[in-house]
Amino acid sequence: MVTVSMTTLSNSLPAGATPVSVVGGDVPDYFALLKPRVMVLVIFTALVGMVVSHGHVPPAVAVISLLMIAIGAGASGCLNMWWDADIDAIMTRTAKRPIPDGRIQPNEALAFGLVLSVGSVMVLGLAANWLSAGLLAFTIVFYAVIYSMWLKRATAQNIVIGGAAGALPPVIGQAVVTGSVGVESLVLFAIIFIWTPPHFWALALVKAGEYAKAGIPMMPNTAGPTSTRRQIIYYTLLLAPLGLLPVWLGFAGLLYAVVGVLGGLGMLAFSVQVYRNREGEAEKKAAMGMFGFSILYLFVLFSALLAEQSLGLFRPVFA
Amino acid sequence: MEYDPHGFPKIEMRPLTPEEEARRRKRSIAIALALGAMVLLFFVLTIAKLGPQILNRPL
Repeated sequence: MVTVSMTTLSNSLPAGATPVSVVGGDVPDYFALLKPRVMVLVIFTALVGMVVSHGHVPPAVAVISLLMIAIGAGASGCLNMWWDADIDAIMTRTAKRPIPDGRIQPNEALAFGLVLSVGSVMVLGLAANWLSAGLLAFTIVFYAVIYSMWLKRATAQNIVIGGAAGALPPVIGQAVVTGSVGVESLVLFAIIFIWTPPHFWALALVKAGEYAKAGIPMMPNTAGPTSTRRQIIYYTLLLAPLGLLPVWLGFAGLLYAVVGVLGGLGMLAFSVQVYRNREGEAEKKAAMGMFGFSILYLFVLFSALLAEQSLGLFRPVFA
Repeated sequence: MEYDPHGFPKIEMRPLTPEEEARRRKRSIAIALALGAMVLLFFVLTIAKLGPQILNRPL
């Protein structure tokens, strides 16, 4: 091992020597920093926001815009991992992420996240319009700064307020194709926003010990599991009718209505199971069931909307 | 952190292992591909926004 100072770098380096700090990670490690599964969800919800808007943009512009929205979301995930590396190292669910595992240096992740953030916003502005670029910039700042740096470690309402970042992609999608924000994307925003707390709290009930170890004030750790279960039911009671609002407003049809009613009832049934089963394996099974079903609910609901609008399956419920 | 007599932080240096060199090569290829993709993206974007008429204009 050789140690040299900056002032002697140019004239006394051993042959082939490289600063240890720039050894760098593997390509898949950088990709992992972008939270690829979240990126897929963002692309999907932004696409639905585009499709329900009935605007017109060249297909290439739509594809490039979706790519930039996904990269912007990935960049915010990267900045989140950079900031949260200390608590990620404590929790088993996140300890193998590239930074806590030592595969990528924190400064590398910061630079990677910042470059992708600025780049995605600029390209989206040039490709689509500056409203969508501004909304993407807001989403990145909201997730990386407001949620990660402030809310996450400060309040049990962290994922309630922070959920706004995850709910914005349909709004950006509509801004891309119409240059404005309309009621359709705002309703989709509201659905994802209200869906987020029961979805995350179901997981937080199971992982309460891990969050406590890391010092994150999730709802089960601060208000207690019973209050969390009650709030999951409240939010689900709000979500089930809210999920049907697109039908009332006329931009979703019969297929969506059927999926929305069945899905909403399913969510309610799972939330009641979470409320009833409070001990042992049954508790874990109910909470993880709710967590898994909530993903399926949102995916199928948005898929129904996409299918109605793009495959000609739209049949109006109200004349 | 250690500092040299001039007050600059000392940087730890060593030759890369073959595995690290292979990783660096893969990163370099990935950066080259990303730059190529960006060139293609801006080309496609220009054509999509301005249309083929961009080639038929007074110079």
